[in-house]
Amino acid sequence: MAEKILMKGNEAIAISAIRNGADGYFGYPITPQSEVMETLMKEKPWETTGMVVLQAESETSSINMVYGGACTGKKVMTSSSSPGISLMCEGLSYLAGSELPCLIVNVMRGGPGLGTIQPSQSDYNQCVKGGGHGDYHSIVLAPASAQDMYDFVDWGFDLAFKWRTPVIILADGIIGQMMEKVELREMKPRRTKEELIAAAPWATTGKTPDRDYNFITSLALESDFQEAFNLKLKDKYQKIEQEEVKYSEYMTEDAEYLFVAFGCSSRICEATVDELRAQGIKVGLLRPITLFPFPTGRIAELSKQVKSMMSIELNMGQMVEDVRLACNGACPVGFYGRLGGNIYTPNEIEEAFKKFNNLK
Amino acid sequence: MAFKGAIDVDTRKCKGCSVCVDNCPTKSIQLSKLVNSKGYHYAEMIGDACIGCTNCAIVCPDSVITVYRVKI
Amino acid sequence: MNIEDIKKPENIIYKKTPILTDTVMHYCPGCSHGTVHKLVAEVIEEMGIQQDVIGISPVGCSVFAYNYLKIDWQQAAHGRAPALATATKRLNPEKYVFTYQGDGDLASIGTAEIIHACSRGENIVVIFINNGIYGMTGGQMAPTTLLGMKTATTPYGRDAKLNGFPLVLAPMIAQLDGTAFITRQAVHTAPAARKAKAAIRKAFEYSQKGIGLSFVEIVATCNSGWKMSPVAANKWMVENMFPKYPLGDIKDVLKAE
Repeated sequence: MAEKILMKGNEAIAISAIRNGADGYFGYPITPQSEVMETLMKEKPWETTGMVVLQAESETSSINMVYGGACTGKKVMTSSSSPGISLMCEGLSYLAGSELPCLIVNVMRGGPGLGTIQPSQSDYNQCVKGGGHGDYHSIVLAPASAQDMYDFVDWGFDLAFKWRTPVIILADGIIGQMMEKVELREMKPRRTKEELIAAAPWATTGKTPDRDYNFITSLALESDFQEAFNLKLKDKYQKIEQEEVKYSEYMTEDAEYLFVAFGCSSRICEATVDELRAQGIKVGLLRPITLFPFPTGRIAELSKQVKSMMSIELNMGQMVEDVRLACNGACPVGFYGRLGGNIYTPNEIEEAFKKFNNLK
Repeated sequence: MAFKGAIDVDTRKCKGCSVCVDNCPTKSIQLSKLVNSKGYHYAEMIGDACIGCTNCAIVCPDSVITVYRVKI
Repeated sequence: MNIEDIKKPENIIYKKTPILTDTVMHYCPGCSHGTVHKLVAEVIEEMGIQQDVIGISPVGCSVFAYNYLKIDWQQAAHGRAPALATATKRLNPEKYVFTYQGDGDLASIGTAEIIHACSRGENIVVIFINNGIYGMTGGQMAPTTLLGMKTATTPYGRDAKLNGFPLVLAPMIAQLDGTAFITRQAVHTAPAARKAKAAIRKAFEYSQKGIGLSFVEIVATCNSGWKMSPVAANKWMVENMFPKYPLGDIKDVLKAE
């Protein structure tokens, strides 16, 4: 039986990076995710797997270190929290514009501005819709447990290299700080030089006589060139939407009402579903596991089955816009959220649900 | 020991900046009266005083000068 | 002996290095960038390290450096080249990693990145082109613009009260323990260019010794931005830039020993 260890979600990210063959981590301290780098520094992976860990002078620098490392075809990552992610958005845009694979973990806290260090889901728009300038998307994964934090590192790197795109793990302060049992999967070694060149023939690994020199840039001065590149990205994002959507469902088979919630909110909603079911109200839950690509198709199907939907988020209502677009008017879509680090209880959601649906 | 030199200029690529002219110790380079397809008066060798010192080539921003040298 | 007898392949003593591509550079006539590109290319050829070099180009005129040298290149966001170089070198310590940056890129928007790369002692080479102006965007004031110097954003000349003073970066980073070799050179004459090339070679050699960052500042011209002919710009540089940015080695940790 595989080893299970009690750890924080943030620690799971660090341990998973080491155990899944990450080549480098570059970060900057910010609450509530500092345990990621602290754990890496304590584990000293440079003495075991050879993984590089470096504390940068800013988030701006750490995302650009990720850019440099990604150019060389290495599996590189960073982690931060909301204000730090804002600083990284320049780099994110360049990473997307240069089609570079990398992993970025955002352990969200409340904003805008310096905001609160308490949990939040208010960076949905920032991470799912882009964040930086220009037409682009990152693949966005939404973990709901410490185990997800562990497992999504490997999955995220696989997606990043498969699609040559940045992948964001969009967690929140609850998932980052919560301690849970985590099963350590089988270790994966770091890639050899030969494996790296096979996986990333475009990388800047030094010009050998058998190939032309490689250069990585997001510069496209000519209009036709830029347009062709944008269309290429669009095509890629459409393929990602066809192939990579992931979600889970809870009691949706006979559901007459539906909650849509991601991350920690989905776990709270499960308890609400149980409570309402005990009262004889047929409620289900859809949890998007990928936020980009968004499970638009499945939500559209369910919108024809249920009387109404509610999006439950720790923000002022961001994902709800995508839920409404998916439903396209087929059923009413409500919203309930809490802000500033306040967390709803299952009962609070139940009350909001009954109010929205005029139920007693 | 004395040297005698000569230069070839890639006249298609020369931009006529004349930095080579300024750096030639034997006044063996001038800008041409003719222009190339870009409209630049390109560098050209004049006379037979060139000693093949390579000064012109090393300061040339566009690397258009090849230098020859023989001992005499 | 007539000229045609001299012009024989066996008599060639200098020609364009094969590290340079055949692409005509987009730089203005007489621009120092072309000369420095060539010197870097020649050093790479002479050291036989084409397979082991990774270059990082900036934002600014030299953003297109990747079109001119046949080596693997990364193009950085404005000012961030030392961050890219840091990760590239740490993840690939056997490679020679260099950044090529202008004064706006390195000394203005990228000050945090260059200072911390120096402070950490990253084993990289930084080529810093200081011509006191933003070339690519049309000749605006740079951090290194001299007092009194006219640019698009200092049309009456740089005024310390309005625009602050020129930033002299090399002596600042020389104080940091992580720097190994800091020198200031120029390429306006053949002797100067030969010295600059020797300095670039030394910087590349130092970068493999694990002794810290090597920094080669090239005081350069932007004749278009300065609105002068290339030859006049070189003269103006000698008379005006050199007193503020004097040439020579500023720090060499191996020489000091």
